[in-house]
Amino acid sequence: MDADNKLLKDLTPELEKTSLTWYITFSIFFAVFAVGVYGLIQQIDKGHIVTGMRDNVVWGFYIVNFIFFMGLSYSGALISGVLHLFHTGWRKPVIRIAELITVISLIIGPFFIFFCIGRLDRLYFLFIHARIQSPITWDVIAIITDLVGCFTYLYLSFIEDFAILRDYADLNVPPWKKKLYKALSLGFTGTPKEKKILKNARIIMAAMIIAIAIIVYSVLAWIFGVTLQPGWHSTIFGPYFVIAAVFSGTGLLIILMWIFRKIYHLEEYITKRHFVNVGVLLTVIAAFYGYFTFSDYLTKWYGSIKMDSILIDKLFTDYYSLFIFANYIGILLPCIIIAFPRFRTIPNITIAAIIAISALWVNRYIIVIPTLETPFLPIQDTRPDWITYSPTWVEWSLTLAGVAVFAMLFMLVSKIAPIISISEMQEKDENEIMK
Amino acid sequence: MKEIVKNESENDRSSRRNFLKKVGIGVGAVSIAGIAGSSVLAASKVKSGEKIKLLSPDGTLVEVDKDDIKPASEIVADLKEEARAGLPNRKFSMVIDLARCKNARKCVEACQEGHLLPKDHEWMKLYLLQDDIHTAKYWFPRPCFHCDKPMCVSVCPVGATYKRPDGIVLIDNQRCIGCKFCMTGCPFSARVFNWKDPEVKVPEGHVYDPETNIPATEGTVGKCIFCADKLRKNELPRCVTACPMGVIYFGDILEDTVTNGNETERFSKLMVDRAGYRYREELGTLPSVYYLPPTQRMFPVESGLEDTDESIKGRYKNVGPR
Repeated sequence: MDADNKLLKDLTPELEKTSLTWYITFSIFFAVFAVGVYGLIQQIDKGHIVTGMRDNVVWGFYIVNFIFFMGLSYSGALISGVLHLFHTGWRKPVIRIAELITVISLIIGPFFIFFCIGRLDRLYFLFIHARIQSPITWDVIAIITDLVGCFTYLYLSFIEDFAILRDYADLNVPPWKKKLYKALSLGFTGTPKEKKILKNARIIMAAMIIAIAIIVYSVLAWIFGVTLQPGWHSTIFGPYFVIAAVFSGTGLLIILMWIFRKIYHLEEYITKRHFVNVGVLLTVIAAFYGYFTFSDYLTKWYGSIKMDSILIDKLFTDYYSLFIFANYIGILLPCIIIAFPRFRTIPNITIAAIIAISALWVNRYIIVIPTLETPFLPIQDTRPDWITYSPTWVEWSLTLAGVAVFAMLFMLVSKIAPIISISEMQEKDENEIMK
Repeated sequence: MKEIVKNESENDRSSRRNFLKKVGIGVGAVSIAGIAGSSVLAASKVKSGEKIKLLSPDGTLVEVDKDDIKPASEIVADLKEEARAGLPNRKFSMVIDLARCKNARKCVEACQEGHLLPKDHEWMKLYLLQDDIHTAKYWFPRPCFHCDKPMCVSVCPVGATYKRPDGIVLIDNQRCIGCKFCMTGCPFSARVFNWKDPEVKVPEGHVYDPETNIPATEGTVGKCIFCADKLRKNELPRCVTACPMGVIYFGDILEDTVTNGNETERFSKLMVDRAGYRYREELGTLPSVYYLPPTQRMFPVESGLEDTDESIKGRYKNVGPR
């Protein structure tokens, strides 16, 4: 009980007061978000001509960001879901962060699709005129299911925590927050029967979100995979995108672990062991991701199919540095940093994670854009922006706005819910793999 | 799992039952109210007896009951239904004679004029291609191929683009949401997107019809529609009549006839005699546009660059085998 009380004492200050630094940081992110909103207004007013997209490269930054943010949602599915099913003990301090990444990135991702759609006023047509044969319809169904599932899974983990906070007499929060905890805890009283229901529900949801997440990301991959375009018409796309998503989700988890550990002084709970464990996961996934990338490009490069050769040529000339960064540096550097015990420090592992997710964003970019720049019928045009894609300030501002919204939502949630799951930490699981 | 069921008390089960009962009654009440309401509205259409004088299409003056005149939205719905049904017992196809094309671009201009397109939209596009350093360069007019297995139609999430029984693939610009999946789906780059307001003047009283596809709408996709509006009037598409060299033949495979306005040929004979083929047959989309190889050319390929605008000539400076 002393340990439990200590945990509460360590985590509740963040819920009780907000520092000036928090307000300043939040304002900076809000300013970035505001610039993005201005860009969006320009886009709605003047049309998509303000972006860099033209008739050949019809999908640019927005689709890249969409895939990227949806991929981040894998952190919940993997770290939380899989580790939950395997009853691994060390997962406990980090699963709350993982599950929050999942839900927040699932909220932000679809907005990038909205930015890409030419007629936002007709968005509801996706529901009333839906064609089941279209991969986009599969995507709509899958993403909505994923959102509902992951949100349910997250909320199930909140219930017990909110009940603990509701019952914690020393909690020094304004009355509206107390009422909020009372309402959100749904009358949970901690009886064995209730705990059992919650536990079973979480096991079911953990299994479900793993399955749903794999389906969602495969469907996303098939939006590209089922077309005939060179570079996209690849059989490996389904599994490839799934692995890449796990890679990015794991990377972001490490980064957020580092941030929250630093600013909320959680060194006691999120230890080097956690960084190493998640880091090892990152390395293993990186190996798979590198293997899939290599095998995809090897078969394209070795054969003589003209359209494949044209694409490889473009990747190795116009996109050379981006290609090397995304598919070599982005994989090898994190692997080296984490594989050798000498390099395995908390800051180093975090740097490896930053490299990993930057490399992954660039990987998404060089999957989407070079293919569209090398269609079957050559682009014969004089306007440079119709030949090569170059993103405009609108697209940059909306990309940064997406990151800003991610940060702001995280900051807001961290003021209401404890960033480490108190109930998980307190739970004594019989089948637990002991520390 | 068994433990959950065993521990379930009577209270839990009956409260679930009550909840479902309430939901069921609610849904039932709403649907009955909806059906009743709509039937009441339908029954309230009584004719007022007021007459209006109109000029019929064949020049006679007629008097019509005011209530028989449909509002524009209903007309559009009828036109859209006709557009989806197409012309009965036809299978349209096009044959393009590459031996005759010299980049006159009259087809491009006629298409843009006829469909009120902004100048940077080209539904018919002219490429200068060379497959290999040893093979000939040739001018390649590329309309939409109106494929029999269209990738664009497969991937459209809202059914805005559709293939109709007479072979033509149309776009309903009032349903298109601008996701551009069809543009990435088409391997022939046949579609264009309205990135901004096209700012064209629409004629007075014009009603939207997918067969004319006027005006281009911002945020939606456009492409060659085989001039479906002309076909309904038994006229040839605009590019066919505009071409000074007679490059484009148009016709009906079921009638085995194609014509370029001056010459009429048996489609099957043309294919056999001139070794017709389809572009990238191996992709399996089954285009409705056939090409006749550039043999025994009437004039050199370079003549196509002679009277051309600089801005258009610049497109072809990097032509060569890929």
